[in-house]
Amino acid sequence: MAASPKARDDAFPAIELDQVCLGWRDKVAVRDLSGRFPQGSLTAVVGPNGAGKSTLLRGIMGWMSPLAGRIRLSGRPGDDLAFMPQQGEFDRGFPVSTRDFVAMGAWRRVGPWRAFGAAEHERIDAALQAVGLGDFGRRPLATLSGGQLQRALFARLMLHDAGIFMLDEPFSAVDRATTDDLMALLMEWNARDKTVIVVLHDLDLVRRHFPQALLLAGQGVAWGDTADVLTPENLHLARHLCAGDYL
Amino acid sequence: MSGIELLYMPFAEFGFMRRALAGSAALALAAGPLGVFLILRRMSLMGDAMAHAILPGVAVGFLTAGLSLTAMTVGGMLTGLLVATLAAGVARLTPQREDASFAAFYLVSLGVGVLLISLRGSNMELIHVLFGTVLGLDDGALLLVSATSSVSLVVLALVFRPLVMECLDPLFLRSESRMGPVVHVVFLLLLVMTLVAGFQVLGTLMVVGIMMLPAAAARFWAVSVAGQMALAAGAGVFASYAGLLFSYYANVPASPAIILCAGIVYFISVSLGPQGGLWQVVRQARARRLRFSRIPERD
Repeated sequence: MAASPKARDDAFPAIELDQVCLGWRDKVAVRDLSGRFPQGSLTAVVGPNGAGKSTLLRGIMGWMSPLAGRIRLSGRPGDDLAFMPQQGEFDRGFPVSTRDFVAMGAWRRVGPWRAFGAAEHERIDAALQAVGLGDFGRRPLATLSGGQLQRALFARLMLHDAGIFMLDEPFSAVDRATTDDLMALLMEWNARDKTVIVVLHDLDLVRRHFPQALLLAGQGVAWGDTADVLTPENLHLARHLCAGDYL
Repeated sequence: MSGIELLYMPFAEFGFMRRALAGSAALALAAGPLGVFLILRRMSLMGDAMAHAILPGVAVGFLTAGLSLTAMTVGGMLTGLLVATLAAGVARLTPQREDASFAAFYLVSLGVGVLLISLRGSNMELIHVLFGTVLGLDDGALLLVSATSSVSLVVLALVFRPLVMECLDPLFLRSESRMGPVVHVVFLLLLVMTLVAGFQVLGTLMVVGIMMLPAAAARFWAVSVAGQMALAAGAGVFASYAGLLFSYYANVPASPAIILCAGIVYFISVSLGPQGGLWQVVRQARARRLRFSRIPERD
């Protein structure tokens, strides 16, 4: 059988983890995690609170160096990382318009000093339209609802045009309609061969939309096809492992 | 003498008043915009603490090298960093929180600074450092203040975009570039530089006022960061002018008069400002009550 596209992707993973330990001096959050995020994959990272999901994203972003093991990025051009923080991690009351907030996503192209040209403005308009905020550009960020703010975050990420997208709990504060809209955007990015990694709580959503899943509980419990990962046994084990931390 | 004449006569007649106005206006132009960023970063009290924390270094710089901005800024920077590091160290190694340890260290720092100045310098110098010499600015001091403010404004313009991003969403900036920490340090450097220059004009106790009060007031008028910066600078210049006039006619010390005028600008803004001022809040609440009271009751 000829090499399928899948096989090619496995040979060049976007991100490869080799016995990675992440944490701080007194607390290891992720222990001995090995595996790969294939190029163009759509993976949900799930697990109980304190399982190390956000820590893993921070490790991949290079914000904390592994205590042990290695994190390898493909390093190919266009495979740079884009990160979406949780809503609580930035200042919602900041005096900035929604449009300017979204425009932050153009940083890689405009940097600290270059002007926003016509092409950038078109990109911003397109991104606002795509997330359904076409008429909200002039609204102060502080006046957006939780769902609208999440849409703005997605628009900002779209401007980035990275190869690998990492989102930390993007649907934790939004209603069903917004989740569906934004999930459709994620699928669209993935269809364009972008690697997408999402930290999620809603297991039904994961089962419906994510082909791949990584179940964390301070260590890798299971990693692979979603159906094989989210079994009752694995979920029970994950809960058990995380509860053990507090005993 | 006509009413209009009263508003400019002191400045037309006396050179020291013109110098005072130039010096305090130059300081206000840079201090206001920096204050806006301090508020946006939720570091409002940090400016006050920093002004006290850097005193020993500034004093040592002043006593060894005289009126040299470089010596005083380097000294101030070093003690500022030392205080910040020690406070962070205590917060890390003991159960005490960082705000408490920072307060402890900056108070010690203030004590050391005042002690150093009174040991080596004259009593007059101590009064100058604490309350400024806005009515006695010589050429050197005036040049120092205006040069510092110009540099501050230019550098602020250069780092404006990443600085705004750093205040708004530091994690995002971190994912995009390595500039975050650099911008943070540059900002602290500008802060210390402006505080040191401000010591000359308003003194260590009052300088933070011209930084924070106009910035806090601007928030009630302007929606954008740039608008707040411009307003804060303008309000600071106005407070300097009004305060000097007040001090001239009422024969009261100049630097507290300037800060009091900035305080009045702040109170007016809190009361009447269209962006969340008290008057607006009350009016909106009344409008909401009216709207609901008009909903007809079902029978």
